Amino acid sequence: MELVKSQQLLSKIATNDKHGENSPYFDGWKAYERNPFHPTKNPQGVIQMGLAENQLCFDLIEEWIRNNPKSSICTPEGVHQFRNIANFQDYHGLQEFRNAMANFMSKVRGGRVRFDPDRILMSGGATGANELIMFCLADPGDAFMIPTPFYPGFVRDLCWRTGVQLIPVHCDSSNNFKITREALEVAYKKAKEDNINVKGLIITNPSNPLGTTLEKDTLKSLVSFINEKSIHLVCDEIYAATMFSSPTFVSVSELIQEMEDCNRDLIHVIYSLSKDMGFPGFRIGIVYSFNDQVVNCGRKMSSFGLVSSQTQHMLASMLSDEKFVTKFLSQNQTRLKKRHEKFSKGLEEVNITQLPSNAGLFCWMNLKSLLEETTFEAELKLWHVIIHEVKLNVSPGSSFNCSEPGWFRVCFANMDDEAVDVALSRIRAFVGKETKKPVALKRWQENLRLSFSSRRLDETVISPHSSIPKSPLVPAT
Amino acid sequence: MASGNKENQVLSKIVINGKHGENSPYFDGWKAYDSNPFHPTKNPQGVIQMGLAENQLCFDLIQEWIMNNPKASICTAEGVSQFKYIANFQDYHGLPEFRNAVANFMSKVRGGRVTFDPDRILMSGGATGANELIMFCLADPGDAFLVPSPYYPAFVRDLCWRTRAQIIPVECHSSNNFKVTREALEEAYNKAKEGNINVKGLIITNPSNPLGTTMDRETLKSIVRFINEKNIHLVCDEIYAATVFRAPCFVSVSEVMQDMENCKKDLIHIIYSLSKDLGLPGFRVGIVYSFNDEVVNMGRKMSSFGLVSSQTQHFVAALLSDDKFVNKFLAESARRLGARHNHFTKGLEKVNITCLPSNAGLFFWMNLRGLLKEKTFEGEMKLWRLIINEVKLNVSPGSAFNCSEPGWYRVCFANMDDETVDVALKRIRAFVGKETGKPPLELKRWKSNLRLSFSSRRFDENVMSPHMMSPHSPMPHSPLVRAT
Repeated sequence: MELVKSQQLLSKIATNDKHGENSPYFDGWKAYERNPFHPTKNPQGVIQMGLAENQLCFDLIEEWIRNNPKSSICTPEGVHQFRNIANFQDYHGLQEFRNAMANFMSKVRGGRVRFDPDRILMSGGATGANELIMFCLADPGDAFMIPTPFYPGFVRDLCWRTGVQLIPVHCDSSNNFKITREALEVAYKKAKEDNINVKGLIITNPSNPLGTTLEKDTLKSLVSFINEKSIHLVCDEIYAATMFSSPTFVSVSELIQEMEDCNRDLIHVIYSLSKDMGFPGFRIGIVYSFNDQVVNCGRKMSSFGLVSSQTQHMLASMLSDEKFVTKFLSQNQTRLKKRHEKFSKGLEEVNITQLPSNAGLFCWMNLKSLLEETTFEAELKLWHVIIHEVKLNVSPGSSFNCSEPGWFRVCFANMDDEAVDVALSRIRAFVGKETKKPVALKRWQENLRLSFSSRRLDETVISPHSSIPKSPLVPAT
Repeated sequence: MASGNKENQVLSKIVINGKHGENSPYFDGWKAYDSNPFHPTKNPQGVIQMGLAENQLCFDLIQEWIMNNPKASICTAEGVSQFKYIANFQDYHGLPEFRNAVANFMSKVRGGRVTFDPDRILMSGGATGANELIMFCLADPGDAFLVPSPYYPAFVRDLCWRTRAQIIPVECHSSNNFKVTREALEEAYNKAKEGNINVKGLIITNPSNPLGTTMDRETLKSIVRFINEKNIHLVCDEIYAATVFRAPCFVSVSEVMQDMENCKKDLIHIIYSLSKDLGLPGFRVGIVYSFNDEVVNMGRKMSSFGLVSSQTQHFVAALLSDDKFVNKFLAESARRLGARHNHFTKGLEKVNITCLPSNAGLFFWMNLRGLLKEKTFEGEMKLWRLIINEVKLNVSPGSAFNCSEPGWYRVCFANMDDETVDVALKRIRAFVGKETGKPPLELKRWKSNLRLSFSSRRFDENVMSPHMMSPHSPMPHSPLVRAT
């Protein structure tokens, strides 16, 4: 069938590219897929540092699983539950699952806030959760403001099928990418002038890609801002338990306890177990809203992406084991901190700085000094060099819609210690070489497409951790 | 705090419009069940749930298999070594072994008469998610899909709610056993065109819910010819494919396509799930299988919104690639369904209650026209309330399925044990005996503590079916709580 005819045959959604995968950044992923690093089988391969995964604590989980056979409906100890669980499709979710999630979310916030299990809604991973909250809060054409740099998958999650648009709120390194009142006002005002209906603001706290937690005062000012404008605040707190050093993570749920004038109907939290626990495959997305109507309607919508009852059952058991949760959260923090320190020290040794960070599964690396020119073209060129000569798959800042070139996100929690060492030694070698030979930066392998289109918001969405080369956004992250 | 009106402006239109389908007068029946659920020993006078299309007949077979196959789980000692890999696997292609196993199973369900390509298998959040996903791929807001009536009430939520598509019923009648005729299709199509509605496709459920019948080959062929001529899509929800328990054999659209040379494959799409055939609705295994490459490609990206839990993919992969188990299961399931169906229909015959002759599904389509005081939907609702409150059976009135004629009721039979079936039959016999023995005036008696609201049977109101309420739900106020 001809392309045109075919396009008319399908919906507009199916034929636009808001899924975000038609981006020039794809080439980097191909390089990894073609030549993936393996410590013994392929020590010269490309190391994957573009995947925000948490693989540091599976040993603790495996140990727990072995000791708790009843958490499964497939063990001799648990199979008598199979029938009930397999048959359970109630969109409220298993009571014990909601209780356990509420309890876990509270513990992650140091017990400083309690969550109501009846406000917990399920959805298809954080991907589904982000989309669901948009369907509840915004009509097609409405807009949500979003501080840059931001997670590229947001364009797909928040805009693709919902018809919503995103309005970037620019942050820059002059103040460590803090979200200022001025930046919010500028973005809001411009939207209004353009006749765009702004329905809310979405933030990720702790931040992806910055790896920082929002200061309490900043968060307060955001809450004040949205209250004044009577727009929603969606806080994606998916990295909440990845905080590994001070300042302590402050959740919006804690803050509103102190802000009496805050209209709670405007506050919504997105959560998931993909990052904090390292369970992206289990598709545990959570929407927690303080707005009763949103909870009520969102719950009906969750039918489109309920968590498998088999998985609910297992997690209910795991997360209600207080002793385990305490140990896990503490170990998770310790190991992330250690890994972050190791990596940061390695970078310091070659004078590579990064944004000071206290959370997340990545660092926000500053390679401005290695750019030929302070342009996004140069950033891409450097990126190609890093992929092909240094053989590290990192993510260029422009893919996160960063307003200044030269930043790169580097993930550190998806590999073992040995791979970290290899990565660091390669970086050291590269930087050493590059600082001695400035001209060398111009050299890159010609077999990469050099296409670089203008940095429009809707292009920078590629996500790098696919196992199948032709599918950039294949995993949700 | 914002006033009610202001709040409405604060949320989306989708939240306000009520197309989730739960604001329906049928809710009262569900309350009756939830407030007084039957239990053989603890509450033998309670309401028996016959509004749930669940398949609970073969759990013993699955449990036995589980005990013998510990590696299917990532939580057993034998399987935990896979935990890390599986927990980390979020690739929207799905585990290859999962896709292979599902393709294999779908083929076996169709007697091996057709093979399925694992690369065309897309995952989604249950059949609910699958139905929505295919609409997002095929229809723009305002576009329409034709749907033969009677149909599954929750199609309004699945196909229209967030997609903003609309559905147009194609009326079918008992005069020819609710067959989908070419004339009915043309009529609905032409009317839509005159109303300037852009028809993008036709969706059928085969085997049918609520009829419990499989579509005959000729009808299916004529439907395929129709959509080819109009150049519109055909979505076949084959979710009940393995519930066929007697002849005629199930004929899938995938088989019919093989015989029809001029069929445009790009127009054909299948929806599937393990919720009915295997009785695993909690696992949310929804499948979209399209013969259109672009739909597969785009749909796969969309599946990110409702991937199947990798833990469940892993389990299902092991279960469905065990050919010996699958063969045994399919045969035994069909046998048990057939036996249960037979037991029920014979019991009803004894009191002269007829059902639409059926060969599939987890329910039968019961004809109570003879018991209606007036042959109207009001009469149907009155009788329904009587059945709920006096007979204490929660069945689903035909109007919930948008049936064009009053007096039909869907009765589910596979979600209970044999003893409960006997109690249900006894109650029905007693009721019918009483009703046919007494003057028609008696039918007017009902408990007035139920809301009698019955609005005109406009298309978009008949979306709430009592059978969508969850019997396991602890919360009485949630009608569409379960997807069924």
